Amino acid sequence: MSHIGSYEERYKSFNWKQSEEELEYGKNGMYNIGYYCSDRICEKGNGKKLSLIWEGFTGEVKKFTYDDIRVYSNTIAKFLQDAGISVGDRVCLFMDKVPELYIGFIGILKMGGIAQPLFSAFGEEALFTRLDDSKTKAILVQKKHLPKVRRIKDKLPELTKVIVIDADEAAVPQVNEIHFRMEKTPKVDKFDIVKVGPEAPSVIHYTSGTTGKPKGAQHAHSSIIAQYITSKWVLDLQSDDIYWCTADPGWVTGTSYGIIGPWANGVTQVVLDAGFGTEKWYAFIQKHKVSMWYSAPTVIRLLMKEGIEAVKKYDLSSLRHLASVGEPLNAEAVVWSEKAFGKMFLDTYWQTETGAMMITNYPGMKIKPGSMGKPFPGITATVLNTKTSEPITTPGIVGLIALKPGWPSMMRSYWNNKTTYDSKFKNGWYICGDRASIDNEGYFWFVGRDDDVINTAGHLVGPFEIESALLEHKAVAESAAVGKPDPVNMEVVKAFIALKPGFEPSGDMELDIMNFIRKRLSPLAMPQEIEFVPSLPKTRSGKIMRRLLRAKEWGEEIGDTSTLEND
Amino acid sequence: MSEDIRKIIIDYVKKEYLEEDSGVDVNENTKLISSGIVDSFSMVSLKMFIEKKFSIKIPDDKATPEAFDSVNNIINLLKEYTKI
Repeated sequence: MSHIGSYEERYKSFNWKQSEEELEYGKNGMYNIGYYCSDRICEKGNGKKLSLIWEGFTGEVKKFTYDDIRVYSNTIAKFLQDAGISVGDRVCLFMDKVPELYIGFIGILKMGGIAQPLFSAFGEEALFTRLDDSKTKAILVQKKHLPKVRRIKDKLPELTKVIVIDADEAAVPQVNEIHFRMEKTPKVDKFDIVKVGPEAPSVIHYTSGTTGKPKGAQHAHSSIIAQYITSKWVLDLQSDDIYWCTADPGWVTGTSYGIIGPWANGVTQVVLDAGFGTEKWYAFIQKHKVSMWYSAPTVIRLLMKEGIEAVKKYDLSSLRHLASVGEPLNAEAVVWSEKAFGKMFLDTYWQTETGAMMITNYPGMKIKPGSMGKPFPGITATVLNTKTSEPITTPGIVGLIALKPGWPSMMRSYWNNKTTYDSKFKNGWYICGDRASIDNEGYFWFVGRDDDVINTAGHLVGPFEIESALLEHKAVAESAAVGKPDPVNMEVVKAFIALKPGFEPSGDMELDIMNFIRKRLSPLAMPQEIEFVPSLPKTRSGKIMRRLLRAKEWGEEIGDTSTLEND
Repeated sequence: MSEDIRKIIIDYVKKEYLEEDSGVDVNENTKLISSGIVDSFSMVSLKMFIEKKFSIKIPDDKATPEAFDSVNNIINLLKEYTKI
């Protein structure tokens, strides 16, 4: 029997207080997420239970109990305090999926810092933009990523602590660098977890928009109220589960459901610090007997390419429950997963800004392949008329997905960007930026983004950031970045580029520009295709009409061209 | 001829996907994709380099993470499309 039981009954009777009471949230004035993800589990008698089984790409395995997480996070917390980090300081985690990333996240929260995990494949420009925006005080980094930090730190006067977590013994730290080894530092058994309030900032996750730089969605400690119960009811985490969330904690899925949700529920989770490989991933599930698997549609489509024969080579009978996140899960993938694994992946819809699942499918509820599902209990969701911002009551009509504000994991701000934050709310609703329709049974059906943001493999990439970086290439005069359909990744970045006089289009030029963006921003932002054009379509006021370029890529109507500069 | 090709690909991987002082050693058997040296998105640029350098076109369904997971794997793939 699943934890949620009847969705309909839960939706009618639920309020967030129920989750607070289960968690005993706020007992003895304790609101700090760090406590609920480690100490509380130990106090409940589960200190010896495994919390993290980590495997590196060479096959090395490390295991940590909840008491290990408690003590190591204390150790990191004390280290940060002693290094001069204060409550409210932003502390970045810039590393691969190593144990220090997961445990360091808890340590930062315990000492009242604001955790800022960043995807370790970010290039120095992407890293600089985010650290500069939040005036980050300290960064925990692996030595392999240290060169990127060293190249930008002189431009970041607030960044006074660069903490290298795996430096060689003989390595000499540069100015402002400190070496720290979690497993070699004397363990701190008792640490006074900072008693922050429920509204104290906990995490900043950067997310991209159509215009402007990426925005830091800032969450509060009370977000755990939503992350705990959605993990329990949607992921249906059971006490004997072996849970695998494949998301990197540089993204919100990897913290909400790769750290906070599972650890607040006291389950054992596994982490594979390796790139994707069908055989490797199936072998990992078999080896560790993974029972709950939370992954992404891109992964599922890659697995589909390899076919069911690949699945049959492994014993995946441990898999009990599957869910996906990041982009809409197409019906074909849902149907395939039932054939391949004996159960369907359940689509879950939410965003960096929402902090937890909002509209989703549930164990035991009828699944309509291709549908987002229904609002989580406690969430009021609708689709709004784009002109009137009023809820659409006719089934099947497309509108903007909107949520009634006030759920516990709603972002509290975009860091230092109140104007953009305020613009996300209209007529008493939070506007997600996606379009959908609702059918006559209350199921939501995703249609697409309402803006130019590119969703590639479940990650949002902003065209402005890519175009700005392209303009820094010596050969580029004008650029536009749009999403192009891709059978595996849903969309990939395609760039249209007009070159400066004296530069000629060529395969070498294309590759050079691709690598330029990959190294400055990230592999996700790298255009997978470049089309060289004499000029870009612009309005009479000089604004590049991305929408025309995008419509051509998607085979859509190009719409009104009356404002086009050259008709 | 194979030695030259190995060196060309290894040198390119080191130059494009690793920091100068990373200390990571790359040889013909080093796992490139599964180790994370080249992630699945960056694989497109590596594929493009191989195609341009050796004047071939690798079908998308052959350009899998497994086929690109080491220099030796890439050379085996190249042998299907060119005389090396």
